[in-house]
Amino acid sequence: MRKFLRRLLLIDLIEGLWVTFRYQRPKHIYTEQYPAERPKVAERYRGAPRLNTNPETGETLCIACNLCALACPENLIVVSSERNEKTRRKELTNFTYDISRCMFCGLCEDACPVDALELTQDFELAGYTREGTVWDRQMLEEGPRPTRYPY
Amino acid sequence: MPDSTYLDATELVLNMGPQHPSTHGVLRVILKLDGEKVIGTECVIGYLHRGVEKIGENRTYAQFAPYVDRMDYVAAVSNGLGYCLAVEKLLGVEVPPRAQAVRVILTELNRIASHLIWLGTHALDVGAITPLFYTMREREEILKIYEKYCGARLTTHAFRIGGLQYELYEGFEQEVRAFCDMFLPKVDEYEELLTGNRIWIARLKNVGVLTAEDCKAYGVTGPMLRASGVKWDLRKAQPYSGYEQYDFQIPTGVNGDSYDRYLVRMEEMRQSVRIIRQALDGLPGGAILGKVPKVIKPPVGEVYVSIEAPKGELGYYLVSDGSTQPYRVRVRPPSFVNLQALDKMCRGALVADVVVIIGTIDIVLGEVDR
Repeated sequence: MRKFLRRLLLIDLIEGLWVTFRYQRPKHIYTEQYPAERPKVAERYRGAPRLNTNPETGETLCIACNLCALACPENLIVVSSERNEKTRRKELTNFTYDISRCMFCGLCEDACPVDALELTQDFELAGYTREGTVWDRQMLEEGPRPTRYPY
Repeated sequence: MPDSTYLDATELVLNMGPQHPSTHGVLRVILKLDGEKVIGTECVIGYLHRGVEKIGENRTYAQFAPYVDRMDYVAAVSNGLGYCLAVEKLLGVEVPPRAQAVRVILTELNRIASHLIWLGTHALDVGAITPLFYTMREREEILKIYEKYCGARLTTHAFRIGGLQYELYEGFEQEVRAFCDMFLPKVDEYEELLTGNRIWIARLKNVGVLTAEDCKAYGVTGPMLRASGVKWDLRKAQPYSGYEQYDFQIPTGVNGDSYDRYLVRMEEMRQSVRIIRQALDGLPGGAILGKVPKVIKPPVGEVYVSIEAPKGELGYYLVSDGSTQPYRVRVRPPSFVNLQALDKMCRGALVADVVVIIGTIDIVLGEVDR
């Protein structure tokens, strides 16, 4: 009898609807208005790569050891270096990083012995063409230009 | 008058997918129909094939780890755990207890996230739109924890061979505890929305019935096996990563229909919260990375390790020839094996039930096709 009344009075459906009505209050709104309201990504976020420089002298921290290129599963890093005849040390000449093939696994960052290569919090890497997806040393050191979207 | 005309030819062949929204990706099912009744099905897979196993043969052991995340991308952490355990067994490396406990916490969170995706999309297929919004909202909290822990939300690459790369961030414990406290009432809320709902019951009860014998014959594992009454969970049957320390129950069903699978998965989410709480209580200190050589060069041999992924038994079979790259990588994906039972479940059902049955298997096509 009770079961029949529950069915007749649509109690099972009303119970479910009550849940949805409980969430009508504005404080339960969860949507992020993305371009206007930017998410703050975590400190460890693996985004656009960056080649760190010494903030005082502006010299690169990279010692051209090639470990990142060896660690990369996609082989997208190319480190070119040249031996300085005076100091007998390898010096970085160019560093290219193919952003279009990168899957942001973080293995290059882990391999780096001097914390020169780092994946940063910048996540807006989408583009309309493949042009400019291979980043050179200058781009990696100065970072990508910030994109402004008209909205 | 002839006995039969062409109008009596009742059999109709219909393609469902690969663009059908309820095939959860790019699954193509060829249906043989008699009116609205299904008399046979055939699955066409491979639209998402990327050759992951072949990629594994051309990468070093450490380099292959990010790729396994991309198979079952809804449960990337579980995939990573299975692969890491397999390589560790091959190397004979001991994982420190702290790393094991953190692994358990993260994989159980991943189980919840995977089941939430399943619940939302399954309900959406059946016609209930609301649960999807709620499950996505709760899943977001888990993804935020992942982002803070390892820097990625979906394809996490959270574990490394031999342990962990990252130490827990400050406030991890409080955040996971807050999630657990917040999450249990939400599960009740989903149940309020669905469990007693007459449409939900009518669409799911006695649809896609699979008996225990059928499950064993097809090699079906995971919640589908448990829903037909078999108490089989690899976390209990062959504990890995310290699961033997935790106290939890294996929920089982009776009828082996879609409704029982729904109930089993709901209960599994609650049990996962229990495991997470226990792991947080007994979180040991110490190192997070075991003694792993810089260049991973396992001895010649082969190894098979399987774990209880959210969708069933996930196994990795590795063959080493003594070099830095595996000679062969074979993955036993739960979705692929469970999908075999689709034909058995669909026969005699209606076309609308096929949607329910595909949803209830909980497949991820990235894992089926690899």
